[in-house]
Amino acid sequence: MSRDKILAAVKSNQFNRAELPDLEILNTLTATNEPLIQQYTAIASAGGSFVYEVPDLEAIKTILHKEFKPGVKIISGIQGLDDYTFAGDVTHELSHSFADVELTILQSNLGVAENGALWLTETQMNVRVLPFISQHLAVIISKDDLVPTMSQAYAKIGNADYGYGAFISGPSKTADIEQSLVIGAHGPRSLSVFILT
Amino acid sequence: MKVALFVPCYVDQFYPKAAIATLELLEKLGVEVHYPKNQTCCGQPMANSGYEHLTTGCNNLFIDNFSGYDYIVCPSGSCTLHIKEHLHSPEKEDQAVSIRKKVYELTEFLIDILKVDHLQARFPYKVGLHQSCHGLRGLRISQMSELVAPAFSKPAQLLDMVQGLELVPLGRQDDCCGFGGTFCVAEEAVSSKMGKDRVDDHIEHGAQYITSADLSCLMHMEGILRRQNSNVKVIHVAEILNHHSHE
Amino acid sequence: MSNITEKSHAELAAAFNKDEPRVDWHDETLWWVRAKRDIAAHKIPEWELLRETASQIKNNVLSNLSGYLEQFEANAIKNGITVHWAADAAEHNKIIHTLLNERGINRMVKSKSMLTEECHLNEYLKEHGVDVIDSDLGERIVQLAGEPPSHIVLPCIHKKKEEIGDIFHEHLGSAKGESDPKILTETARQHLREVFLTRRAALTGVNFAIAETGEIVICTNEGNADMGAHLAEIHIASMGIEKIIPERKHLGVFLRLLTRSATGQPITTYSSHFKKPQQGKEIHIVIVDNGRSIQLGREDFRNSLKCIRCGACMNTCPVYRKSGGHSYHTAIAGPIGSILAPNLDMKKYADLPFASTLCGSCSNVCPVKIDIHDQLYKWRQVIVKEGYSPTAKTIAMKAMAFTLSSPALYRSGGKVARLAFKYAPFAVNNQLNPWYKHREMPKAPEQSFGEWYSKRKEGQQ
Repeated sequence: MSRDKILAAVKSNQFNRAELPDLEILNTLTATNEPLIQQYTAIASAGGSFVYEVPDLEAIKTILHKEFKPGVKIISGIQGLDDYTFAGDVTHELSHSFADVELTILQSNLGVAENGALWLTETQMNVRVLPFISQHLAVIISKDDLVPTMSQAYAKIGNADYGYGAFISGPSKTADIEQSLVIGAHGPRSLSVFILT
Repeated sequence: MKVALFVPCYVDQFYPKAAIATLELLEKLGVEVHYPKNQTCCGQPMANSGYEHLTTGCNNLFIDNFSGYDYIVCPSGSCTLHIKEHLHSPEKEDQAVSIRKKVYELTEFLIDILKVDHLQARFPYKVGLHQSCHGLRGLRISQMSELVAPAFSKPAQLLDMVQGLELVPLGRQDDCCGFGGTFCVAEEAVSSKMGKDRVDDHIEHGAQYITSADLSCLMHMEGILRRQNSNVKVIHVAEILNHHSHE
Repeated sequence: MSNITEKSHAELAAAFNKDEPRVDWHDETLWWVRAKRDIAAHKIPEWELLRETASQIKNNVLSNLSGYLEQFEANAIKNGITVHWAADAAEHNKIIHTLLNERGINRMVKSKSMLTEECHLNEYLKEHGVDVIDSDLGERIVQLAGEPPSHIVLPCIHKKKEEIGDIFHEHLGSAKGESDPKILTETARQHLREVFLTRRAALTGVNFAIAETGEIVICTNEGNADMGAHLAEIHIASMGIEKIIPERKHLGVFLRLLTRSATGQPITTYSSHFKKPQQGKEIHIVIVDNGRSIQLGREDFRNSLKCIRCGACMNTCPVYRKSGGHSYHTAIAGPIGSILAPNLDMKKYADLPFASTLCGSCSNVCPVKIDIHDQLYKWRQVIVKEGYSPTAKTIAMKAMAFTLSSPALYRSGGKVARLAFKYAPFAVNNQLNPWYKHREMPKAPEQSFGEWYSKRKEGQQ
């Protein structure tokens, strides 16, 4: 059986135990009390995201109304954005049925200032494919949910159980053709981040 | 301080002026320099080609020539690095270990051991400094552009002490020139293209001279410059630092 | 798929260098990526500590790989994932074909996986009647062109946009002469969206596999791995045994390094953590050895297994930049490929450790601090000792060593002959000498330093 053969070969060839390094130094080094919103906004914007600081959900609606005309399919994973189809109600539908979704709005409770990434778990996505198949993506996050670096981000995630989770840091993009950056590869053509202040 | 001068074989044969300048410079700085006359080669040409096992003869000869000195100084980063990393001898390993610790490339010897802070030298030209890879990434005589660490350069620090000399900036401060020992013939196409691109960087930035702490790189670039009938010349860093007495 | 056969790196590189403007273009494109990497790294004051930490984590992994693999397997199974083990490329390919066959699937979408390139999975499946479409844009381009990727992160970095336009015109119906990257990308988006929506099986690579949780992490910018995996009934993930990291929190180190090293981005657009299958769907992980356990046993070379496939060593390597990825005639090109390939087939890849000047830039950019250039040097010694070096070279080297071991022979040269350099190729002034093709010989001086020194000594006496 290959399993046992591989494991035996690995076991006989691996060398003396090398200890794991301490990550505390890195965690402390990167911890900062500086306002993270500016850092987040600068980095995420450079990565092609649109970042808005907003006081409440109403302000988000106003911005979205300008961008998305009535009639397009919009799915929201957030209670309180009642104008749109609630994602929780459509989880039983086939993933393929979301192919015509124009906009998906989701809530994250973990954002990373150093790279613009937002952590979303399957529960927050409702359907795994939603933040990918949608033509546009909007994510709402509270300013208190921003952390400086990935070190703090994983500290916050801890040993949480999830079926699936993803850091999303911008719109889908590629630079495969002559290193020219093109936004809108296979996933969303835009990512709007709403920071609730 | 008893110092032995280690003159790499190709410097001895093709670039004696660099070795002479090294000797004179060290003597000017008050160092008593010995030249063990039976020296030949550090063995690197074989070792880098995969024939390190053939270097026993060279290694033993090197040990015989260079044991018993306080320092061994060499005007080549590459050969110095080879000795530092690969000088071994089954019979005389203690001596080999001792030599590996005492061998210095010229500019690091001047800065780290002699602590030179001024020079009586004048060289009123625009000069491009080529960082040889072995001096740079092997001996770390300058900071490497890849690392997130404070900048420094021992050869540049010394060149800054030379009157009238202007160091030109380069587009790629430490890209390899493509010499690489037998690489220069085994991979002729890539090697000469690398050399050409390095030379072009210096020329585009107005260098009249290209200098380095390694003559193997300079020999490579000189071959390209001369093929192009360029007015730009190569010169070993020791010749610039010693450039006062003979204009 | 590969039509590159028994030619050496030097020959393939010489062919690549026949078109100098193209070499310049290739070199500058990759140098720009290296420059972006530098900028990204310099924004992180603790960069070197991160590299050191990542290196130590990987050392720990390699020292307890069997334990972590078992832990990973147990946790993955607990999560509802099926785990398969493949000793070599053939078994890997067979496992995947069987999974597809059992489900009556003959079309699959695949995101980037260098392991499947190493195993030549696409060719195998094609022979067995399974159509595979690569969904990473760069990989799709080279797939349509009938070529292997030339770079592990930037698969079609060797192709100009006009050439890509021609390929898309022929295969995807874009307008003739269209070469705008935006329009070509949109063409691929439409084409591949239809593929994502119609494939029942999706294969992905794995960037990290976490022993502690049994989850796998896949990083893309395009979102193609997710589009494929989430829409398919079965998600197959292929991973080499070395992809393991001990704990989830270690991602906080690796994800900070990976993309900054690769392209200078602070992180990929998507870093997807697959822990459990979706309701009613399957995840299968194929854990592949294919020579890795042997490499683990080679003390001088085991560190090559720390590689996280960022491609930084390729971008910085002047030889890679000026010879192109295909010159390496192996799935993984560049410096890292040159220390991995000889483990798989020392004879076939005997040339690769010599395709380097040992400049050392690769080791400096490596985010897990693999001593790449030292390993290149060590592979040279192994290859020569195992007898894979040309006889003529061995004879020349022996003669050179003999001469240089003897002060008398060395000195007997004289000012014209410079006998010591009889065996140094650059000292022969004729058209057959490769040195002379683009470079002049060094001028022989009147006297050697040794001769000058003896005279000076006499003068002093």
